[in-house]
Amino acid sequence: MNVKKMIAPHIEAVPFSGIRKYFDLIYDMKGAISLGIGEPDFVTPYNIREEGIYSLEKGYTHYSANAGFIELRQEICNYMQRRFNLSYEPEKDVLVTVGGSEAIDLAIRTIVSKGDEVIIPEPSFVAYKGCTLFAGAVPVPINLKAENEFRLKREELEKVVTEKTKILILGYPNNPTGAIMEYEDYVEIVDFLKDKDIMVISDELYAELTYSGKNHVSIANFEEMKDRTIVVNGLSKAYAMTGWRIGYACGNEHIIEQMKKIHQYAIMCAPTTAQYAAIEALKNSDDEVKEMVTEYNQRRRVVVDGFREIGFDCFEPRGAFYVFPDIRKTGLTSDQFCEELLKEEKVLVIPGGAFGECGEGFVRATYANSMENLIEAISRIERFAKRFM
Amino acid sequence: MDREILKILSKNSRLSNKQIAVMIDKSEQYVADKIKEMEDKNILLGYPALIDVEKTQEDIVTAYIEVKVTPQRERGFDEVAERIYQFPQVKSCSLMSGGYDLFVTVEGKSMKDVALFVAEKLATVDSVLSTSTHFVLKKYKDNGVIFNKKHKDNREAVVL
Repeated sequence: MNVKKMIAPHIEAVPFSGIRKYFDLIYDMKGAISLGIGEPDFVTPYNIREEGIYSLEKGYTHYSANAGFIELRQEICNYMQRRFNLSYEPEKDVLVTVGGSEAIDLAIRTIVSKGDEVIIPEPSFVAYKGCTLFAGAVPVPINLKAENEFRLKREELEKVVTEKTKILILGYPNNPTGAIMEYEDYVEIVDFLKDKDIMVISDELYAELTYSGKNHVSIANFEEMKDRTIVVNGLSKAYAMTGWRIGYACGNEHIIEQMKKIHQYAIMCAPTTAQYAAIEALKNSDDEVKEMVTEYNQRRRVVVDGFREIGFDCFEPRGAFYVFPDIRKTGLTSDQFCEELLKEEKVLVIPGGAFGECGEGFVRATYANSMENLIEAISRIERFAKRFM
Repeated sequence: MDREILKILSKNSRLSNKQIAVMIDKSEQYVADKIKEMEDKNILLGYPALIDVEKTQEDIVTAYIEVKVTPQRERGFDEVAERIYQFPQVKSCSLMSGGYDLFVTVEGKSMKDVALFVAEKLATVDSVLSTSTHFVLKKYKDNGVIFNKKHKDNREAVVL
């Protein structure tokens, strides 16, 4: 049997992530510094880890409710209220998932039918497009602009909406650009969306990592949008809990109920050990989060300053833990830049093109790394860039 | 005073003023002034390095000593504490609540060295009633730093 022929064409047609080839290049490379990683360098705070250990000691190793432990859903609701002024009901409006990624997949699958359109402002997290294609829907990109600090503008949205549009995916604070959307940025968008049959999936995994001096704003904070928005969040980035795989979706009960159905059949429930740890995280770790955010912010300034000193245009990223400098002054494509930089100076950054066509000419560098590594990486990048500039 | 600068220095006092300035989004001059100000006010007292002595192969023995004393009229414990902390062998000295009064850290070249210091100098100070010496066998964590555990980045170099 030709097994390859058995693969569904619409699955095979989806390309692998453009980042993959760098894995082979950096594998086994001694002394390399990877600024290509999309996760915190901090280890999960000990009080949270300890709670996971304790639950294992006690033998709490069974399934939880499909939607997640009610205590955890309650803590999620408390958290959403406390931090973002969003109110949800734990029994109906919340689903605990295996990372934010699962929540995004479920939300898309719940809403689209074959041929429906999903608007994805790019550069964006690579999973949005993949999940859209797997669901048989059509991704419709918006090319965001660096001069707008990669914020979404009403005109850009208006241009691509058709009667087939079912979803707009927003990912702010943004991976890969570090862009944020503030209250004023949403006003016009909300005005346009408020009478359309379009759902918003708002991926807010990086909400805690906002450095604008103001609190993170969700599009769900607008009354007109509350029911139209599925807020996706999780513990991975804010609490340095990537490996635990705990995310969640909050939204209108009818949507959440259908998402839960898929989750039930495909996943059963999120891992229980991680759920116990997550309860502790949401309840008792605000200070730990604050401390990490302060440190990210210090590193952010060092890295942005570093890229600018070298001579790159680098807009001020006010969220997440990425900088997205414009490397066109070197005359290299972002792919060439990343490959050469890795080979010659052993520093890995990710080509912006991996996050959408309009990311070409930029690279993504993560500052979730130690200060000494960041300082060293910047000096290597400078040595490399000076050859072209 | 600037708490953020203090926090940064307490983790790594080798960063330059310029680097600190970028980290906290202030001018280099501001950082220099603040550090000077905090030094003048005795808030910033020094920049010692944290050393895992075991690895230096130097012979240093540390002892924690519980000291019971008679407090003195008017001066309380301060005077006797001053008598004690001036010895260079004494690395720290604190007034405690509970079963004894002063908690003193002493360093010496050998156990004998420390024992002699306690017997001849510390125990003989007027108003010291008794001492109880505990030698440190192994240090696991000091000043918030875990010894023998270099932070290793075990993340995958590339994920998605």
